[in-house]
Amino acid sequence: MSSARATSPSIRQRLVLQLVVVAALLSGLLYLSVRTVADAAVETTQDSILGAATTTIADELRGGEDGIEVDIPYTAFSMLGAIGQDRVFYRIMVGNQTVTGYDDLPAPDGTASGLEPRYYSRPFRDVDLRIAAVSRTVLVQGRAVEAVIIVGQTRQGQAAIVANMANRAAALGLGFFVVATLLSILTAGTVLRPINRLAEAVGRRGPQDLRPIHRDAPRELAPFVTALNGFITRLGGALSRTETFIAEAAHHIRTPLATVRAQAEIALRQTNDDATRTALRSVVRAVDASARSAGQLLDHATVVYRTDQRTDERLDLGALTRDIARAFEPTADLREIVIALDVPVDPVQVTGDRLLLESALRNLVDNAIKYADPETQVDIALKLGDGRAEILVCDRGRGLSGVQAQALTKRFQRGENVGDVVGSGLGLTIVNEVAQAAGGSFDIVNRKGGGACATLQLPLS
Amino acid sequence: MRNPAITAVLSGLLICWAAMVAAFEIEEDTLFAGTGTGGELRILSTTDTGIFAPLLRAFQATRPDVSIRYTVASSQEVYRALYDEGAGYDLAISSAMDLQMKLANDGFAQPFRGAAGFDWPAWAHWQDRLFAFAQEPVVLIVSRAGLGDLPLPRTRQDLISLMRDYPDVFTGRIGTYDPTLSGAGYLFATQDARQSDTFWRLAEVMGGMHPRLYSASGAMIADLQAGELVMAYNVLGSYAEARLDADAGDVIVALEDFTLTLLRTALIPQQAPSPELGAAFLGFMLSPAGQQIIETQTGLPAIDESALAAGPHLRPIRLGPGLLVFVDPLKRERFLEEWRAAVQQPSDQP
Ligand SMILES: Nc1ncnc2c1ncn2[C@@H]1O[C@H](COP(=O)(O)OP(=O)(O)OP(=O)(O)O)[C@@H](O)[C@H]1O
Ligand SMILES: [Mg+2]
Repeated sequence: MSSARATSPSIRQRLVLQLVVVAALLSGLLYLSVRTVADAAVETTQDSILGAATTTIADELRGGEDGIEVDIPYTAFSMLGAIGQDRVFYRIMVGNQTVTGYDDLPAPDGTASGLEPRYYSRPFRDVDLRIAAVSRTVLVQGRAVEAVIIVGQTRQGQAAIVANMANRAAALGLGFFVVATLLSILTAGTVLRPINRLAEAVGRRGPQDLRPIHRDAPRELAPFVTALNGFITRLGGALSRTETFIAEAAHHIRTPLATVRAQAEIALRQTNDDATRTALRSVVRAVDASARSAGQLLDHATVVYRTDQRTDERLDLGALTRDIARAFEPTADLREIVIALDVPVDPVQVTGDRLLLESALRNLVDNAIKYADPETQVDIALKLGDGRAEILVCDRGRGLSGVQAQALTKRFQRGENVGDVVGSGLGLTIVNEVAQAAGGSFDIVNRKGGGACATLQLPLS
Repeated sequence: MRNPAITAVLSGLLICWAAMVAAFEIEEDTLFAGTGTGGELRILSTTDTGIFAPLLRAFQATRPDVSIRYTVASSQEVYRALYDEGAGYDLAISSAMDLQMKLANDGFAQPFRGAAGFDWPAWAHWQDRLFAFAQEPVVLIVSRAGLGDLPLPRTRQDLISLMRDYPDVFTGRIGTYDPTLSGAGYLFATQDARQSDTFWRLAEVMGGMHPRLYSASGAMIADLQAGELVMAYNVLGSYAEARLDADAGDVIVALEDFTLTLLRTALIPQQAPSPELGAAFLGFMLSPAGQQIIETQTGLPAIDESALAAGPHLRPIRLGPGLLVFVDPLKRERFLEEWRAAVQQPSDQP
């Protein structure tokens, strides 16, 4: 029914997608920050070791009468091997002269800052170095001389540690992302559960269930529920007004028509004037036609109303058919028509609205008797076959004279064969609509050997 | 073991020729001729040809087409050849760990990756440039006959007391390396000094005994066997093991306070003419087969972590930047001066 309605992407999908995107961003951020912090931490650690080594050498510098004394302690360099297997370069300068070490090792820009080590990164030969420099003043031959100690180290150990940490950070970020995604899916489920429950509750309702919704809805859905309840109340009111209106309209039209018809009949009996009688007869005829039209119109309105407001029940189609046939006996007798019933004794169970099915059957039998030739037989049969029940109403009469069933089921559509038979052209419309509403089908064809044969198919329950 | 018949061509002429071309001093130069055109693998080493020959031949068995030129020089000369002269060798093997470390640190070594699954103990290599292929204790050797009834020293403390109490026995009959002449001797002395303060006391006491100073382990062993020495301090364990005769009453003592363990190391020089051959030979040395041959046929102890674990007194000299300290010329000068002051007492000086 509503399959043609285009659905926009589900709230759940959108919610999950957005949460996952947020989780991915946060994971990336986590990875980056862990990396940055780790990088900085390792660099600081390495720097302090490098600085300590440099300071240790500086502490061992001694002034004296025959020049500066340099004694590099073993620990100064061995501690540099603590973190990794990095290459070490050093240079000790006094004044502007290199006393020992690598004389091309880059010196710090400007003057060294004193006992606090100064750190800088420089390329040296084929590698990039992290360098610490410390300057100290030493007394040589009574003169203050500035000595600069420079120690450089490659950073392969640090790179390895940082790479290792980066891997862990990546694993951490990935784990965080997976957990966050799972939680997002869970959260989306929890958040949407009240909406789903409400939708389910509304969807589960039968078509005639017009009670207001009393379910506890989250505050955000309260306006929706209130609006829906208001709508349901108004719909209920409108429907009951329509029902009353149909019943009242039928009454208000039929009653005066019956009075007109009765008065015309009385007048017909009291007068002998032929012209007056003819006039009165046409009045009766017109009243009959009007009454029929009004009746059929109201029936049709009822059918339309009830197909929306169905009260389905399980009923025995056999019994229903028999009842209708019996109800039409008097009418049939008037035209000396025999109704032949062929209905199984066992109950034939169908689910449907009794009023609608009765209405359909009544119209079929009415047509059969109306359009049959007098002193013929109308056959009413109920047959069963693969999950369907089939009601056949066949007569011996004028037949359809070539008009198709499709055309005859249109509203106010009468055949060319009607002659002086009173009718409104709504009967087969009602039958067809009932068949559609019950999930069945209707067809009417010419009968072999004269007459018409109408078929109403209904699903068995 | 020490003097296996060298079947390869040993050419005296070649030694002269090489000595004329190279500015650094060569002790031995041997060509192990290959069969074909696999090129020439040039090895510069401090280890005697006789000791290394089985390993060289085993390698040549796997690569018969490769000729091997095996050049022996002192550790200082090996260092100088590569550091100062850029001599063209495919592999440099040395017992002077500090000099090898200096070469590797200063970028004179090429990286060696090894075959897939190659995994060397962390303490036996530095980066992927310097690899230890043999470990050997540095020991004290004692002549039982010379010692007489005196007890065998077990620690340096024992040694000091012994010399103090019985100067007659030891005066002029103690041998040790001269660190001013020998790279290995300098390494042992500096590491000894680093390990413990007893070293300087030992040096002083030993100095009072007018020690004989040597530039090689072999000479110390020979003099001990000849009865000229009672004890020799800091002798390469593998040499002593191979040549000392326990029946003659000569004892090898691994001092219990600590016994340095020297790592013989190899590196592929940056300027190697055929580094792939150097790498092939290094890979062979470090392979299980190569280690097996080193252990059984050269008499050098192979790299063995369990041996270190079993001997708590064994201290492998650590491959690392710490070694660079002692290569510093000022540091070296200072150290040797101090050593001389301790060992060469005023009475020695003329
Ligand atoms: N049994 C039949 N035999 C012949 N023609 C029929 C038969 N049933 C229906 N028709 C034709 O189909 C037309 C439509 O039938 P329908 O029942 O809808 O209208 P009606 O009978 O004319 O009017 P009413 O609404 O009063 O029943 C009829 O006018 C008639 O021409
Ligand atoms: Mg009809």
